[in-house]
Amino acid sequence: MKNTTATELYQLTVHAAVAGLTSGDFSAVDLTRSVLARIEQVDGQVCAYLTVAGEQALEQAEAADRLRAEGDSRPLLGIPLAIKDVLSTEGIVTTAGSKILEGYRPPYTATAVQRLKDAGALVIGKTNTDEFAMGSSTENSGYFTTHNPWNLDRVPGGSSGGSAAAVAADEALASLGTDTGGSVRQPASLCGVVGMKPSYGRVSRYGLIAYGSSLDQIGPITKDVEDAALILNAMAGHDAHDSTSLPAPVPDYTASLTGDIHGLRVGVPAEYFIDGMEPDVETAVRTAIEHLAGLGAEIVPIHLPNTDKALPVYYLIATAEASANLSRFDGIRFGPGGKADRLLDNYRQVRGRGFGREVKQRIMLGTYALSAGYYDAYYGKAQQVRTLIKRDFEAAFADVDVIVSPTSPTTAFPIGEKADDPLAMYLADIFTVSLNLSGMCGISIPCGFDRNSLPIGLQILGPSLGEETILRAAHAYEQTTEWHARRPILA
Amino acid sequence: MTAIAEQPQTTYSVLVGMEVHAQLLTNTKMFCRCSTDYQGDPPNTHTCPVCLGLPGALPVMNRAAIEATIRTGIALNCEISETAVFARKNYNYPDLPKGYQISQYELPQCRNGWLDIELTDGSTKRIRIHRAHLEEDTGKNTHSGNYTLVDLNRAGMPLLEIVTEADIESPEEAYAFLTKLRAILRYLGVNSGDMEKGALRCEPNISVWTAEQKARSEYGTKVEVKNLNSLRAVRGAIAYEAERQAEVLGDGGVIQQVNMGWDEVNQRTVLQRSKESSEDYRYFPEPDLPPVVVSPEWVEKLAATLPELPDSKRQRYENSWGLRPIDAETLSGEQLVADYFEAAVVTYGTDDGKPQRMANWISGELFRLIYADGEGQDLRQISELKIGPEQLAGLVALVDEKVINANTAKKVLEKMYISGEDAQKIVEREGLAMVSDTGVIDEAVAAIFAANPDELGRYRGGEVRLFGFFMGQVMRATKGKADPGAAKERLQELLDNA
Repeated sequence: MKNTTATELYQLTVHAAVAGLTSGDFSAVDLTRSVLARIEQVDGQVCAYLTVAGEQALEQAEAADRLRAEGDSRPLLGIPLAIKDVLSTEGIVTTAGSKILEGYRPPYTATAVQRLKDAGALVIGKTNTDEFAMGSSTENSGYFTTHNPWNLDRVPGGSSGGSAAAVAADEALASLGTDTGGSVRQPASLCGVVGMKPSYGRVSRYGLIAYGSSLDQIGPITKDVEDAALILNAMAGHDAHDSTSLPAPVPDYTASLTGDIHGLRVGVPAEYFIDGMEPDVETAVRTAIEHLAGLGAEIVPIHLPNTDKALPVYYLIATAEASANLSRFDGIRFGPGGKADRLLDNYRQVRGRGFGREVKQRIMLGTYALSAGYYDAYYGKAQQVRTLIKRDFEAAFADVDVIVSPTSPTTAFPIGEKADDPLAMYLADIFTVSLNLSGMCGISIPCGFDRNSLPIGLQILGPSLGEETILRAAHAYEQTTEWHARRPILA
Repeated sequence: MTAIAEQPQTTYSVLVGMEVHAQLLTNTKMFCRCSTDYQGDPPNTHTCPVCLGLPGALPVMNRAAIEATIRTGIALNCEISETAVFARKNYNYPDLPKGYQISQYELPQCRNGWLDIELTDGSTKRIRIHRAHLEEDTGKNTHSGNYTLVDLNRAGMPLLEIVTEADIESPEEAYAFLTKLRAILRYLGVNSGDMEKGALRCEPNISVWTAEQKARSEYGTKVEVKNLNSLRAVRGAIAYEAERQAEVLGDGGVIQQVNMGWDEVNQRTVLQRSKESSEDYRYFPEPDLPPVVVSPEWVEKLAATLPELPDSKRQRYENSWGLRPIDAETLSGEQLVADYFEAAVVTYGTDDGKPQRMANWISGELFRLIYADGEGQDLRQISELKIGPEQLAGLVALVDEKVINANTAKKVLEKMYISGEDAQKIVEREGLAMVSDTGVIDEAVAAIFAANPDELGRYRGGEVRLFGFFMGQVMRATKGKADPGAAKERLQELLDNA
């Protein structure tokens, strides 16, 4: 572990790279080559990428340099980004980490990715994920497990583990993840980087291969808070292709990074400091809360009484939606087809081989929850409790500006430790799922390291469309600490 | 109620609930902006990530389809829901790309309406509408040898499903209901009514019961008949199925809950699929779409766009224009026919029984010519005829003015139908104007008398029935142009004034 001052281009943050490109210190081609070389150097150990689109990225970098010479000054011009493989990218293989989509090249690009490209960014590759974003470690990927750059024997978290590991290992300046129950924030926490889940509807889901449609949201994973704001600037906003995207205007999120949180009311929910949380995590988070108080924030003890119901509610709603969302993978229009003579046998063959164990488990769970005779007791009841959880947050935000908690009860756990124990794995999301159920926004930022030198994340939550406030709080903390500047050492 | 099978002691009557699927005439599909104008185009050319069900694609509602549904609901006297919710209906089939169909389920757009139909005895009967809701159509599978081809051009077409209560009690009532419903859908401009192309699909749910069962509201087992592509097929299927079920029960059998198809050639229903394991569609609200919220103002605005519907037209034709009920019904059934009729009457006049005379010409001669045009002719092509309603009015006026007689007018109409010329012009060019000049008639009569002395003698000897013979000769001599009234009068004079 060392404190880095960037000596290599791949170590740069997005905003530093933009500054360097603008002042002509280096070209987009230099930058892209540097990142590609870094991937070449360390991805054999980290395994963050499913697909590296090096040639296309270099072509686009050349084009970006030409355009810059002609006066183009779009905010992300020439910035290479990594994209979680659940986001559709035209012409670049998109598998959602599943064998059932092996070799699938979408004919269109997800709105969020397209908007980044429209701002000048280029896609350097697609990152590993738990299959269909179902998991908290990337161990459920249909291809391979990503390793945590801080300790290669440990998981990077998930499901956006590839995106978080890529940023932590300097294999990408920044990346996109998706967060259905914590899948951006939890791996960001375990990899010592910044991960943000915007409010539901803030970023279009068009082109995001759906897991839990009412919960899914795309978010940036970055080296610092300013980068998160920059990327959100480019992605956010209403999209005519997504009826659930919010029409609210998009502010300049970088303008909210004032460094001033004097008087900010910070809620600390009692229910988020539980037995089973690692003591180092608790210590680091409580220290961070004191730090916020030291910056002038007012600490307010609060309650979110329905927190203990969030996990079961999440697993009923997310799996119910997933059971329908994954119906389309029938081997008929895309992905490897089947060879059986009868339709039903063909479905069995394609889906039996194509889906991994966890995905099948969740499809069955969701199908059961929606079945005649069970709907009211499971899915129907879960929707009612979801409303209660949302009301908890609404009541809390009537009194406080943000809520802080640990992002994950533990730091990165060893690969294989929870792979055969789904319930233990589900607990990894215990502090993150409520937010998705409420539709509100949150961010995880580094706030320390445990006794094994593994990163710890601080979660800052805000109300729907409260992105400016959580960014301001996160930025104020980050700029007065040095956790975010640390990088793992990879041979 | 129709009695269908007479067993020694048991008589069964039939009971039908109707499910109607109507493709809505929107420019684009229900949840994407693909064109709906795919008829005749190569397979899978009207598709996009959304209607192909590609990973990551999301549905976006078509406002025009929602408005068409609400307008139909108003026309069918339904309650319009303030909140309608789309749900996912889960099942797997290759013509259903997403593995679920998006359809309004628990909260449909329209509920609790009705439609009155006219029965042959002149009375009316109310058929209650249970619900009318919006959904998306599936694609089309074509089975061929040991493979199946999938065409997704139709996938995602907006589909309005109208479900009646089981109020229909005979094949004729079903026919009358569907005829009327189709007319209304066409009047509203929401559906083409084309059953052969599958734009309008009817699925009757048919059961039978005895008077005793009816008194106890003890419903029989329903059989659903699918793929009926004409009104006649619907009527035939209900009649056949009613008889078959009565026979099965009369023989002590039980009715199985099944789906049947219709064998057009042999005019009988055939088993398609048994429903013994009823499918669980696991409906749940579609998370990708917000609820459809309909304000009273929106409903009011849409209600104002409704055209005059067939019932109201029919009453107006009878009450204001004095049409016979049968003609009023015929001419109000299709909007394009009604438009033609009304335009003709406006030119021709509404006094003095004129609308009825015009009705006779349209439903008689003009319809005959349209039908004579050959296979597949449809009365709605009245709007594309070369002869416009004003021209028809001009022709009928010539008859009234005794410029031509009715027979000549029929011949002139045929020429107008082909060329689109005005009646006056044809009459002038071809010298068809009627002869009522007694001089011309006298001349003709004199020649006829000279040529037929025998007949003249016999007539004058008391064989008065020969008058017809002389009248025919006069008309022949004047090539039909003689004004029959004037000719008859003059002939009588000349015969009697011997």
